[in-house]
Amino acid sequence: MGYQLSFTQIWTNFDKLAEGLLLSLWLAFISILIGAVIGLVLAIWYVSAGRVARTLISAYVEFIRNVPLLLLVYLVFYGLPTAVNISYSAPVSFVVTLSLYAGAYLVEVFRSGLDAVPKGLLDAGKAMGLTPWQRLLYVRLPTMTRITLPALSNTFISLFKDTSIASVIAVPELTYGAQWINNKTFRIVEVYAVTTVLYVVTGYLILFGLRLLERRFRVER
Amino acid sequence: MDAIIYSLPFLMNGLGITLLVSAIVVALSLVVGVLLGIGLIYGPWPLRWLIRLLSDCIRGIPILVLIFVVYYGLPPLGLNLSSFWAAVLALTVFKSAHVIEYVRGAVTSIPRGQMEAGMAIGLIFPQRLRYVIFPQAMRRFLPPWLNGVTDAVKGSALVSLLGVVDLMQAINQVIGRTYEPLPLYILGALMYFAINYSLSTLSKVLERRYSYIRE
Repeated sequence: MGYQLSFTQIWTNFDKLAEGLLLSLWLAFISILIGAVIGLVLAIWYVSAGRVARTLISAYVEFIRNVPLLLLVYLVFYGLPTAVNISYSAPVSFVVTLSLYAGAYLVEVFRSGLDAVPKGLLDAGKAMGLTPWQRLLYVRLPTMTRITLPALSNTFISLFKDTSIASVIAVPELTYGAQWINNKTFRIVEVYAVTTVLYVVTGYLILFGLRLLERRFRVER
Repeated sequence: MDAIIYSLPFLMNGLGITLLVSAIVVALSLVVGVLLGIGLIYGPWPLRWLIRLLSDCIRGIPILVLIFVVYYGLPPLGLNLSSFWAAVLALTVFKSAHVIEYVRGAVTSIPRGQMEAGMAIGLIFPQRLRYVIFPQAMRRFLPPWLNGVTDAVKGSALVSLLGVVDLMQAINQVIGRTYEPLPLYILGALMYFAINYSLSTLSKVLERRYSYIRE
């Protein structure tokens, strides 16, 4: 006798998946916000920094980019509390990890974005008598934001997918919800089918929305 | 500290599995990805449509979920795989979708005229690919693909969640005995870093090496 598909158990427990999905989105959103702050500060610092600071920033970026996210999650959740005397919950720990992770990718994004701001714009700012600080705030950053928007949306989608790793430290996001339902009902094919569809559809809906946004703010060249 | 030195051979075994998984995944996904990539560019429209859909869907699924889908989802459908091969299959499917995109990016960056010129001198389709398109597309393909190899190595850490004793799982097992999470995770991170950093540096070198090519 073959496996009989039955989705009823999935729908009765659908709240686990729905809440999980919302938490996944929330984790990704918080992380990209904090990550963007980290990335922006380090990118601006990098552009004007000396050799030592540049090396340190590069070391941070390269370290995060070349180590599995899973290991970073373990490192922050299980490893760090043994060295520093702070206790934090699993979601907080995951947000910290994912923010640092996002920050490392966004430093590169913002750095190339800052470089891509046309020199003429900055010169124009200078000619108008803007101070360096004003040039950064009113000319360079707004232009850079519009240039980096596509990369930002891609990072957000990829962070949204990476939130599935939070399930290994029992953060109740979407993948954890799927595991929970599976442990309770054993409808394994169904629950992962629904979860997969949720990830793909949500991912593309966000992508579609962000692409509209990008078109609205695209830099004409 | 003694415990860590004592555990090193064990970690090396784990590292061997990590490298084995990565190597199989990279090799298989290269073959599958290149074939499907060619199908995506030159195939008849139903095939193109199918590959595009497949690639977009797979890249939309978190790799962890894909691993669970293959490992837990296939046995009820009548296909039993060991955890090792389930993980390899899932990572290969995931990686192939990325290779398809590298191939598409590399091949479509070659000007149309090259293909037409090949046609004009009487080369048949496989010859045009072999002698005209591939040698040029290779330079566009190698750097992103090498960078993608680091993703395969990083992704292979997820096989630990199926109980395969790769580097990640070996670290966790040593920690289970020594209760020294921080130094061991850092050691593990440095091992992954050493592999991936060399790969991504090589990728950057190649990219610079080939950057003279402009249309």
